[in-house]
Amino acid sequence: MAALFYIVAALAVLAALNVVLQRTPVYSALSLIVVLCALAVVYLLLDAPFMAVIQVIVYAGAIMVLFVLVIMLLNARREEPIDRSRMARWLGVPLIFALLAELLFVIGRQFPAASTTSAPGVEGGPAVIGHLLFENYVLPFEVTSVLILVAVLGAVVLAKRQV
Amino acid sequence: MVPLSHYLMLSAVLFALGAAGFLIRRNVITIFMCIELMLNAVNLAFIAFARHLGRPDGQIFVFFVIVVAAAEAAVGLAIIIALFRNRESLSIDDLDSMKL
Amino acid sequence: MATFIDTHFALLVTLVKIPVVLVVLLGVVAYAVWMERKVVAHIQSRWGPYLVGPHGLLQPIADALKILFKEDFFVAEADRFVYLLAPFLALTISLLPIAVIPFGESFTFRGHTVNLQIANPDVGLLFIFAVTSLGVYGIALAGWASNSKYPLLGALRSSAQMISYELSLGMAIVGVLMLSGTLSLHGIVAQQRGFWQLGGLPAFLPRWNIFVQPVGFLVYFISAIAETNRLPFDLPEGESELVAGFHTEYTSFKFTSFFIAEYTNMVTVSCLATLLFFGGWLGPAFGPAPVRALISIFWFGLKVVCFLFIYIWIRGTIPRFRYDQLMSFGWKFLVPLSLLNILATGLVVTWWNA
Repeated sequence: MAALFYIVAALAVLAALNVVLQRTPVYSALSLIVVLCALAVVYLLLDAPFMAVIQVIVYAGAIMVLFVLVIMLLNARREEPIDRSRMARWLGVPLIFALLAELLFVIGRQFPAASTTSAPGVEGGPAVIGHLLFENYVLPFEVTSVLILVAVLGAVVLAKRQV
Repeated sequence: MVPLSHYLMLSAVLFALGAAGFLIRRNVITIFMCIELMLNAVNLAFIAFARHLGRPDGQIFVFFVIVVAAAEAAVGLAIIIALFRNRESLSIDDLDSMKL
Repeated sequence: MATFIDTHFALLVTLVKIPVVLVVLLGVVAYAVWMERKVVAHIQSRWGPYLVGPHGLLQPIADALKILFKEDFFVAEADRFVYLLAPFLALTISLLPIAVIPFGESFTFRGHTVNLQIANPDVGLLFIFAVTSLGVYGIALAGWASNSKYPLLGALRSSAQMISYELSLGMAIVGVLMLSGTLSLHGIVAQQRGFWQLGGLPAFLPRWNIFVQPVGFLVYFISAIAETNRLPFDLPEGESELVAGFHTEYTSFKFTSFFIAEYTNMVTVSCLATLLFFGGWLGPAFGPAPVRALISIFWFGLKVVCFLFIYIWIRGTIPRFRYDQLMSFGWKFLVPLSLLNILATGLVVTWWNA
């Protein structure tokens, strides 16, 4: 089980590197799909089978399809490496790495390995999530349905041809 | 058994990669994909904590993050399509001013 | 007396199940092609394959050999990696759902329960939906990578069609889930055991979900036909309209991959329809446990073959939908109908339980 996590984590990191470093948008999209599926496997290992399946159905199976269709329609080509803002690259990326180093340091300090290996499991099945969604969190649930309606209307209006 | 910190480190690495990609890439759609990568890193952290604390509420939060990400992707891609129709370019250097 | 077999029983049984299921599945797919050609031929008042083997039974083998010897070319200026990836992605994704489909009664062997199913996750049904929603990629990437008008159009139409009908597919089975209370396929079939007691009549009506969810079944089956890109919803590969749609530029083994993927999707959807609505492997059975398991496999196979026959029958009879009719049918008719089905089922279940 632990070995599976490390293998899948390595796969996720490699695929994420590929998303960031590939010049062709289609390859970035395919690598992002690999990251999403790898994360779904990690969710399975974390006692969250329902969220794993939802991740694949919604994220990898619907949102990324949208991305791939838009890339196909707009015929996004290989990127040329000219860019006019050196600031983002030469200042931003080192700062991001500084942030990463700080995060890793804080995590290592705050959650030492020995004390958190025997964590209690959690009930992640659909029944539990269903109960929580419809009992404690029913208001956010209804609000997100309105949000989705608004997003659908917005997307249709924005992408229409000027009539 | 995998300790909690390893899951969080994976989440931090993915988040940093997403943020770095957001800064270096020039294509608008790829920038958007790096944002999705950051959202997924955060989802992983939520689920790791849900398991660590023994409460499924973290998973409910992930549910809402996924739903909001879907809405955001739909509207964001519609905006990109509208921008592409006007500017004929997907490079963020050409999209940085409101003058046509 | 814990021998090697007993301690590693689960692993060994799974290692035996995987090749058996794969071989049987590929055999069924090959003969589904034969069945389709024969049935469509007889609907059209002609004989189908007749010469190769008795009644053309060796035709699939001849076809496979022929197709493997065709010239294998690449399209100019196509993105070669994606062009090669798409058919194999389609094939792999279509083979995944079989892993959670139970084929028959489970029996015990030396104290261990043997499920006739490769894996039995608690969210088995959702796993199948997750995998079919990934199936859009095979087609979308194939159309794009071929770098030509007709495949691109076919791929775009097909992606939009598949995403739209996934909605009604998912919602159509919510009624079944409300009745069975579990997402595991084993549990859904177990809930369909027994017979309905109708007043004073002897029990003759089996407790299949089709009798309580007729609308759900109809919506499910129509959406499934749309998901698998079959007539009357096969505009993406419309033979008389778009040359051959998204697989125009594919030959030889790559084309075979798409072909196998399409028929495997058909078989998966038929298996799912029997499990959800027609009682899966339940049927009259007798004898000791392993014999019961074999008889249950026979009933399951019979029901799946009936569904394949209905698929082919519909293909031979109904004309193709136009694209805008297809989309408006999916969004404006099937989605509201499945929502009404959920509402009605919810009301009835609450009223019965009160």
